[in-house]
Amino acid sequence: MHRYKFVLYRPLQFLPVLLGISIITFVLVRLIPGDPARVLLGTKSTPAAIAAIRAQYGLDQPIWLQYLYFLQNLAHGEMGKSILYKIDVLRLITTRIEPTLALVLCSVLLSLVIAVPLASLAARSNGGPADHAVRFISTFGIGFPPFWLALMLIIFFSVRLDLFPVSGYGENLADKLYHLILPSLTIALSLSTVLIRSLRTAMIAELKGDLATAARARGMPESVVFWRHVMPNSLVPTVNLLAVNIGWLIGGTVVVESVFALPGMGQLLVRAIFSRDYMVVQGVAMVFACATVLVNFIADIVTVAIDPRVKQ
Amino acid sequence: MSAALVPAWKAVRRRPTLLAGLILLSLFVVIALLAPLIAPFDPILQNGDLRLQPPSWGHPFGTDNFGRDIFSRVIWGARVDLQIAVIGVLFPFLIGTTVGTIAGYLGGKVDIAFMRFIDIILAFPFLVLMLSIIAILGPGLKSFYIAMALVGWVSYARLIRAQMLVLKTVDYATAALSLGFSGPRIMFRHLLPNAIAGSVVFSMSDCVLVLLSGAAISYLGLGVQPPIAEWGVMVAEGQSFITTAWWITLFPGLSIVTLAFGFSLTGDGLGDLLGVRE
Repeated sequence: MHRYKFVLYRPLQFLPVLLGISIITFVLVRLIPGDPARVLLGTKSTPAAIAAIRAQYGLDQPIWLQYLYFLQNLAHGEMGKSILYKIDVLRLITTRIEPTLALVLCSVLLSLVIAVPLASLAARSNGGPADHAVRFISTFGIGFPPFWLALMLIIFFSVRLDLFPVSGYGENLADKLYHLILPSLTIALSLSTVLIRSLRTAMIAELKGDLATAARARGMPESVVFWRHVMPNSLVPTVNLLAVNIGWLIGGTVVVESVFALPGMGQLLVRAIFSRDYMVVQGVAMVFACATVLVNFIADIVTVAIDPRVKQ
Repeated sequence: MSAALVPAWKAVRRRPTLLAGLILLSLFVVIALLAPLIAPFDPILQNGDLRLQPPSWGHPFGTDNFGRDIFSRVIWGARVDLQIAVIGVLFPFLIGTTVGTIAGYLGGKVDIAFMRFIDIILAFPFLVLMLSIIAILGPGLKSFYIAMALVGWVSYARLIRAQMLVLKTVDYATAALSLGFSGPRIMFRHLLPNAIAGSVVFSMSDCVLVLLSGAAISYLGLGVQPPIAEWGVMVAEGQSFITTAWWITLFPGLSIVTLAFGFSLTGDGLGDLLGVRE
């Protein structure tokens, strides 16, 4: 099990990055011109509330001490209060995690369903008409703005065919999934253009590799070579590719949640920017950044789990 | 055509991808430059009698809810969106190249410090960090460019640094050093020209990313502000009318797709020409 030892010590290597994330989010909010207490509380704040926030964040102390206060508050799960929603930022964010997480998972699944067959098709006909067609589609598709693609899907599937809801989020599981179909399809179509390109390259390399050549030499038919040797070896690059693109994926959810009025963290972020709810902006940015670090960590574990050759 | 351009033209002509990309991009540049001459109507002038007209000979892309001609707005939009892609890539390119050159050449603590900083920036999802910075600076195109410069340079710095690490050990670098040339001269005059091909190719696919981000941020209402004709803004304005007046949303979106396609083709073609694989 020594291959998994990194699961224990890798989080220690994350510490500098996590500290960096906290410094950047701290600095961002402090860069706003004006009295920090008023920035954090909004313009309509009582003197008592201002005094309380000054004490909690040590706002009359030097800046480095203020940062330590900020860290101390963070350690207690204290990210400040939302001006708009009047509740703790952390609690507000936890109510918004589910739609975003569901959207990300559905999008990843759908994009694999789209990308894996197309990439296999292209790789197996390397240089042939199918390959050219798939490469053209992915080069063309990369330029589709997700917000516009979403509206085109709404026009076609919701307005013309009346199949899916235009916006919103459901009450029970089935209804929620039903509401998530078009948003996930939007992100999946965009994401799969990126996935297809890299997957195709990985598969072509495998098809030309020693493993495939040896299998062919043993007289295996091309389809067996592909499914038994090329496909499993393309899994690792796919997992890593998804991890690399997680930041991009989260960006996609921010935009798509706004188009479909899905009550997730992305929509929360955009609304918070408009209402100058800076503590919410800070909190969401921090949670998204930590999620990115976490996803990359999970991808490392999955890589080790599916490929016995990999050592971290 | 001058003598120096002839081999370049021959190299381009043999690559249909690059040629198609360059033609598309030039087309958009011409449209943007000649917008006042080509556009049949004023892009901002409202006309109450012409509200929500479907596409016709007089208004090939139809009109919006203010009676403005979509065709003219799409043409004027080329100015703004081309500017977004070019300026949005230029500053990150310059900053990233400088940082990457210095970090890669000097190595040691400077290099480590920059790389750690880049790791932290990359921990944030790109759009989330962009939006957070815009939240502080306030909505607008200027904020978008500043945010772009603050966030976008990291990819270029990484690319150039990796090249510099290899290049600084080659013979001509040692030769230049033994001739007593200064560090900056060796870095920027001798090594950088040989390290930059990958970044130039990447900058083309980066144009696609920046264009889409700029349009998305404008769509969200945090970038270019109405009534300026920008394609992302136009899509947002058409959203309330998608059930009845699809043309308001369709054409600006198609323009984004086409311009992005031009950048993608040029990038692929350039990569092929310069022998760079992503």
